Amino acid sequence: MAKVIGAVVVDNEECKGCGLCVVACPQDVLSQNKQVNSRGYHYSFMKNPEACIGCSNCATVCPDTCITVYRVKI
Amino acid sequence: MELKDIINPNNLVYEKPKLLTENTMHYCPGCSHGVVHRILAEVIEDMDIQDKTIGVSPVGCAVFAYNYIEIDWQEAAHGRAPAVATGIARTNPDKVVFTYQGDGDLASIGTAEILHACNRGENMVVIFVNNGIYGMTGGQMAPTTLIGQVTATTPNGRDVGRNGYPLKITELIAQLPGTSYVTRQSVHTPATIRKCKKAIAKAFQAAIDKKGTSFVEVVSTCNMNWKMTPVKANEWMVENMFPFYVPGDLKDGSKTDPESYTPLKN
Repeated sequence: MAKVIGAVVVDNEECKGCGLCVVACPQDVLSQNKQVNSRGYHYSFMKNPEACIGCSNCATVCPDTCITVYRVKI
Repeated sequence: MELKDIINPNNLVYEKPKLLTENTMHYCPGCSHGVVHRILAEVIEDMDIQDKTIGVSPVGCAVFAYNYIEIDWQEAAHGRAPAVATGIARTNPDKVVFTYQGDGDLASIGTAEILHACNRGENMVVIFVNNGIYGMTGGQMAPTTLIGQVTATTPNGRDVGRNGYPLKITELIAQLPGTSYVTRQSVHTPATIRKCKKAIAKAFQAAIDKKGTSFVEVVSTCNMNWKMTPVKANEWMVENMFPFYVPGDLKDGSKTDPESYTPLKN
C-alpha cells in the first residue's frame, strides 16, 4: 500500500486559536501553541508532524481559512 | 522525506479559495460564519459564476460579508434582504442572486419578506445561518432560541408562557409552493461541511435553472454568546439543537406547477 505523508502550514497571524482543527484531526497531529501571536491567540501548530496524512480535515473546519495542506505519495 | 520537500506547490491539496479576500474576518474565534463564507466562495469558484453572482448581505454579524468574498454585493436594511434580492433577481434575470441572513434577521424582523419572497418563488438562493441567538447585539433571545436556553434577555431560560415557542421557520418555508429545494445543514465536522457544500451547490444550480427559491438553513454555533469554547459549543449544538432542528432535506423537487391551479373564470 502506498504510504501518504502530508504537512499543513498554519498562517500564525491569521489563526484565532479556536481549536476546532485540533479536534478535527484524526491523527492527533495538531495542537495549540503555548506561544501567542500578535493578537494574543494560541495559534495551532504541528505537534506531531510525522503522523500527518494530508487529509485536509483541519483546513475544512478552519473558520478563518488559515491552513494550507500538502500531501505526497511515497 | 523532509518537511520542506512536502511543502511544495506541486503537492498542494488544499488552499484558501481565491474568491476570499485577504481581510481577516471580524468574526469571533470558531464562528460558523467563517466556514459558511468559505463554502460559498468555493461553490461560486467551482461553478465559475463569480462575474454573475450578486449577494445581499443582512444586518447582523454577517453585515460585513461584502468585505470577504470577491463578488458583487448589496447591503439591505434589517430583514429586507429577500425584498432587495427580489428586485435584483427580477431586473437581472441572467444573474445568480443569493441572500445571506441570520436568524434574527430572517426569522424575526424579516419574516414577512422571506415568507412572501419564497411564496412568490423568486429565483434566488437563501442562506439562513441559525444559531438561536442574536449574536451581534450581545446574545439576546431570538425566535429560534430553544426552550430553557439562557440568553441575555432570558436569564432564567426561555419560557413558553412568557416568550412563546421556538420558530421552525424552515419547516414553514418548505410548505410554500414557490420553493424548490429546502434543506437544513450544519458545519461542525468535516463530513457535515462537505455535505453542506453539496447542498449549497445544488441550491445555486436550482437558481441558475430558474426552479424557484432554494433555502439552505445552516444550524450553527455562537460560542461567544452561548458562553462556551468553540469545541464545547459544537457539542452543545449536537446535543440540544439537533433534536429540535433536525438536519436533512425538507423539500427537494421544483416549485408547484402553476397549471395545477384552476384560475377563476371572469
